[in-house]
Amino acid sequence: MIKYLRTMDEKCVGCMTCTAVCSRLYFKDENPAKSDIQVFELALGKFHLVACDQECRKCVSECPTQAITVAKTGVVMLDKSLCVGCLACVAVCPTGAMRWYPGLKHPFKCIACGACAKRCPKDALEIAEKEDSPASRAWSDAIALVRKEGQ
Amino acid sequence: MMSLERKDLKLLAEARLEKGGVRKGYNMRTLHLDVGTRSVTEKKVSEEMKRKFVGGKGFGLKLLWDATRPETKWDSPENEIVIAMGPICGNTNYPGSGKSLVVALSPMTGIPIDSNVGGYFGPYLKFSGFDALELQGKADRETIVFIDGNEGIVQFYESPADIPADTHLLAEILTHTFAKDGASKDGASKEGASKDGASKDAKDLQSVAVVSAGRGADHSPMGLLNFSLYDKRRAGIRVKQAGRGGIGKVLRDKRIRAVVCRFKGVNSDSNDAADPAAVQRIGLKLHREIVQNDDKQCKMRKQGTAHLMEVMNDYDLLPTKNHKYGQDPKGPEIASWVWEKLLSQDLPDGCWYGCTMACAHAVDKFELETGPYKGQKVCVDGPEYETAAGVGSNLYVYDPHGILEMNFYCDTYGIDTISFGTTMSFLMECWEHGVLDADRTDGIDLAWGNWKGAIQVLHDLADGKRFGVLMGKGVKFLAKHFSREYGADPQFMKDIALHGKGLEQSEYISKESLAQQGGYYLTNKGPQHDEAWLIFMDMVNNRIPSFEQKAEALHYFPMFRTWFGLQGLCKLPWNDVEPADNARHAEPNKVPEHVANYRELYTAITGEDLSPEEMILQSERVYNFQRTFNVRQGHGHRDEDWPPYRAMGPVLEDEYEARAERYDKQMKEKIGIDPAGKSLKEKVAITRDYRMKQYSSLIDAVFKRRGWTPDGCPRPEHLREIGMDLPEVLAVAEARMAGKI
Repeated sequence: MIKYLRTMDEKCVGCMTCTAVCSRLYFKDENPAKSDIQVFELALGKFHLVACDQECRKCVSECPTQAITVAKTGVVMLDKSLCVGCLACVAVCPTGAMRWYPGLKHPFKCIACGACAKRCPKDALEIAEKEDSPASRAWSDAIALVRKEGQ
Repeated sequence: MMSLERKDLKLLAEARLEKGGVRKGYNMRTLHLDVGTRSVTEKKVSEEMKRKFVGGKGFGLKLLWDATRPETKWDSPENEIVIAMGPICGNTNYPGSGKSLVVALSPMTGIPIDSNVGGYFGPYLKFSGFDALELQGKADRETIVFIDGNEGIVQFYESPADIPADTHLLAEILTHTFAKDGASKDGASKEGASKDGASKDAKDLQSVAVVSAGRGADHSPMGLLNFSLYDKRRAGIRVKQAGRGGIGKVLRDKRIRAVVCRFKGVNSDSNDAADPAAVQRIGLKLHREIVQNDDKQCKMRKQGTAHLMEVMNDYDLLPTKNHKYGQDPKGPEIASWVWEKLLSQDLPDGCWYGCTMACAHAVDKFELETGPYKGQKVCVDGPEYETAAGVGSNLYVYDPHGILEMNFYCDTYGIDTISFGTTMSFLMECWEHGVLDADRTDGIDLAWGNWKGAIQVLHDLADGKRFGVLMGKGVKFLAKHFSREYGADPQFMKDIALHGKGLEQSEYISKESLAQQGGYYLTNKGPQHDEAWLIFMDMVNNRIPSFEQKAEALHYFPMFRTWFGLQGLCKLPWNDVEPADNARHAEPNKVPEHVANYRELYTAITGEDLSPEEMILQSERVYNFQRTFNVRQGHGHRDEDWPPYRAMGPVLEDEYEARAERYDKQMKEKIGIDPAGKSLKEKVAITRDYRMKQYSSLIDAVFKRRGWTPDGCPRPEHLREIGMDLPEVLAVAEARMAGKI
């Protein structure tokens, strides 16, 4: 199973509580640009929430130092002690969920901790689980799994 | 794999290093090691040296100049191997930023060679506190040099007699030997790594980089240096090559088995950029451009430089049978899509961190059919375009397996695939014309396409056997040798021996592009594809028709491309990916947006502004310094800058016939002679005469544009004008002007 932050755009009112909670928690700074979750204002008072879906794992494949891995919970984690800050992961992320902030040494992303979900006044965020499958893994993981099954 | 503990090695000498640190891309310090006396010296980099030579190849050439004399030969003890990086080298954000520049007096040419190579050694050395490493002297026994950048120590070890000399084994063993204690000795961290993240063991192994050669380099001037990197996903080492000019031979002549550098703790601050956020921004911009455009453009991420194969074949530019032809119907058998299937996909195959162009691909679990490792499954680094063309089409080998096998063995023996390919194609043409037969090749059949014959010669070279060693001397020697010993026609031998100054030509057909002939042969170090690649601009798109335009291109591009070597950069991310709107610019060949990136990147790292003019001047100083260095060594003359005729036009009648329409048209329209009624022999001669004159005019135009005399020496006033006004440099140019050199 993959643990992830489920986002529900239709409930979001753009109060930015989530970004404040997240950036304070991880950067001790209330700054939407330093939040793992992002809120984008659309037309007609609608909002779009972006956080890592923990599923595509392109960043895992791209990382040259294997600093980005998949935890047992299915969450994609970044080990800062291995990260060389190249930002290749930011470039390959199809949704813009892998984040960077000018001058910070490492990129950052949502690790489905749930802090924002707890504080969201409109219940637009929740920690959920979804099916894991080889198809949703980084190809190297998928191959390793198939090989293991084959043995 | 052989296990070798560090404690079991015999320590010969060691020295502590002063603590240093990179500031804005520079250590302002270099390291000198004499393997003969086992002495260790740290040298300060002066502001003047930084200003005039910038770094990388500039520092390398400057240190080499100071260390050697006009009489110094490649095997003199004072000859050096200098490995230098440059201010941009080692940043982890901009693709292609991990290059080392290696210089030495070349055993092939007798003049300075410089070779640009990836792998982790250069950046690790830089973060260990040095902008360059000089290796001088000759050891009295086989030596392993170890630089520990974390501990601040240099050690000289005696190399064990039983350690394998071939790189794929040697570098793997030494990576484990010198990884910090506790590292896994069997590299068996892969399972754990793919599941739970990289183990600490793998991180320790990744902190070691090895420079080595191989058995072939013991016997041949075309020996190269392999620079390793530890590939966590493959749980083994990979190697990139400082291939050109025989630096591996110099390493082995010094009895250096390997140079090892360990540095743990690379991060985005290691290069101490003046403006880290700007480096990130510029790097990320290119990352994104690569991710978005590469699949529509060059497919470097899937195919590497081998993407060029069918393009070259289609344009009649893919060397075929010793550059006699430029295409063949069999071309598609070794086209890019063939390589894409063989190369492992979706791996971050950069030769330094943060290179999303990731062209350093490999074929994994490749089973060898010949040689000492027959039956073993190995990782083959490559093939890159030069190799696929050089030991493929140029030998009329269209069997990918044969190409991969030669690729692997050249690498592990420490032999340059370009020189090997070009020499082997020369031998095969000699075989075709009866200059060689089985008696002369120790029974090896060298018919076109017989890769098993070709690789047997390579194995024999590694084993030090007669014909193998003879082949390894390269085409300049062989052309004379075959004339002298076997009575071959000296002119024919000279015509088809594709070398300049003793260095074999790399793998593009240059004969239909006058500008590219200049790009190859009006070079400081010999015909390589590093300085200028003008075939499309000149031949295909006809953008530079006049001599003056060609001369301008042969000024701008070599100067611009030299700049990569000053900075520790790779050239490929400059124009193997382009902004989507690049074609709309006035000069798309220069990729203006990327040039702007480079200037911004330089400023973001060093904190110093860089105008477009100064960017070219930085290179021009070093380029002219290198030319003056050639002059100091008794070379750098006009007649040394001539190609063999195979690189300029059709040598043989059937070669003319293969492109008769083009040549006849040229004769009529450009030479003003009606080809009708002329015999083939006459037409070959008329074309030859015309092309020789054209090339001579090109030399005049280029030397003039470069500020050189008609004989190819930088004029003292030009050296002053560009700021390369060191007294010792001016003295050489003045002595040559006065006829004293």
